[in-house]
Order: sequence, then structure tokens, then C-alpha cells
Amino acid sequence: MSSFFGGSSSQPSSPSSPADAAARKEAVMNSIRGELALANAQELINKTNDKCFAKCVTKPSTSLSSSEETCLVRCLDRYMEAFNIVSRTYTTRLARERLDVQSDSL
Amino acid sequence: MAEQFDEATQVRTLPFYPPNPTNRPDRQRELQGFMEREQAQARMQQSIHNFTSMCWDKCITGTPSTRFSSSEQNCLQNCVERFLDTSLFMIRKIEEQRGAS
Repeated sequence: MSSFFGGSSSQPSSPSSPADAAARKEAVMNSIRGELALANAQELINKTNDKCFAKCVTKPSTSLSSSEETCLVRCLDRYMEAFNIVSRTYTTRLARERLDVQSDSL
Repeated sequence: MAEQFDEATQVRTLPFYPPNPTNRPDRQRELQGFMEREQAQARMQQSIHNFTSMCWDKCITGTPSTRFSSSEQNCLQNCVERFLDTSLFMIRKIEEQRGAS
């Protein structure tokens, strides 16, 4: 206990408590990463749902037709592909802008 | 001595976390850095979602097929680049107007 509440500038004397703290920290970081990844996936699912429903189900009837289902499958694949193209283009651009700023400041 | 001074300034620059001896400042700083990186990444992912949605509406006009045509692919790339150009252009114009008045 004294190592836990001890002087903040000294290293904790017990070998188990820093390992404990490191494990706890790792757990917190992983849960935050997990939450963000989940939010990202949910956003992508919501967007594909909206976009593909708008494109493929133009006149809703009593059930999804097979042509509508084909369209939805293709639309889903294309939306993911579009996301990847946009992501690649954006990150490449950001890297380029950063290089420009660096060479300007030299 | 130097380390204590460091930690004292650390606590003062982090007003959101009350000084707490169990939360050592270097751990606070590490977690703060981690949170800033994760938040920056989340903002970037949100931008990518917005761009994809916007450029999908602009570029993908027909029914989706098994693969993108090269014009659709080019349109998506141009859409992102030109949106960013627009953003920079607008900022420059607004700054010019503010400088002129």
C-alpha cells in the first residue's frame, strides 16, 4: 500500500504493482481501441444500408426480389471498395500535404 | 530534482486530472497521448465515411455492377482530391477577404 501511495518521484518498490498497472493500462487501451473499431464498423454498416437501400430497393414490394438481393450484394461490395479508394486517396493526400509543409518550413 | 520539477509542471498543465499520487504523471501523459492519437484516428475515419458517402452519391449513378468502371474509380479519387482543394481554396479566400476589410 505504501508503494502505491508513496512519493510520486520514487519508483514503486513492489515488483508486482507496476506490472499490475501496466496490465490495467493495456486493458483500458484495448477496450478503447475496441470501442472505436466497433463505432467505425457500425457507421460503415449504417451507411451501406442507407446507400444500397436507396439504390436497389426503388419500389418496395411485399418481399425482396432476387434481383434486388443481387443488387444489394454488389452494392455492398462496391461501397466497401469505394471506402477503400477514398481512404487510400485521402491518406496519400495527407502525407503529401505534410511533406509540402515540411519542405516549406525548411 | 529535475524529475520532481517536471512532474510538478505536468500536474499544473493537466487541469482535468486532479493531482493524484496513484496516477503518476508519466502514466497520465502516456494515456493522454494515447487518447489524442485515438481521437485523431477516429476523426480521420469519420472524414473518410463522410467523403465516401458524398462521393458515392456524386460518382456512382448507375446500378452497382460486379466491379467499378475506370471512370467511376477516377471519379471517386478526383472527388476526394477536389473536395480537399475546395476546402483549402475557401480558407484562402476567407483569409483574403478578412485581410482586405
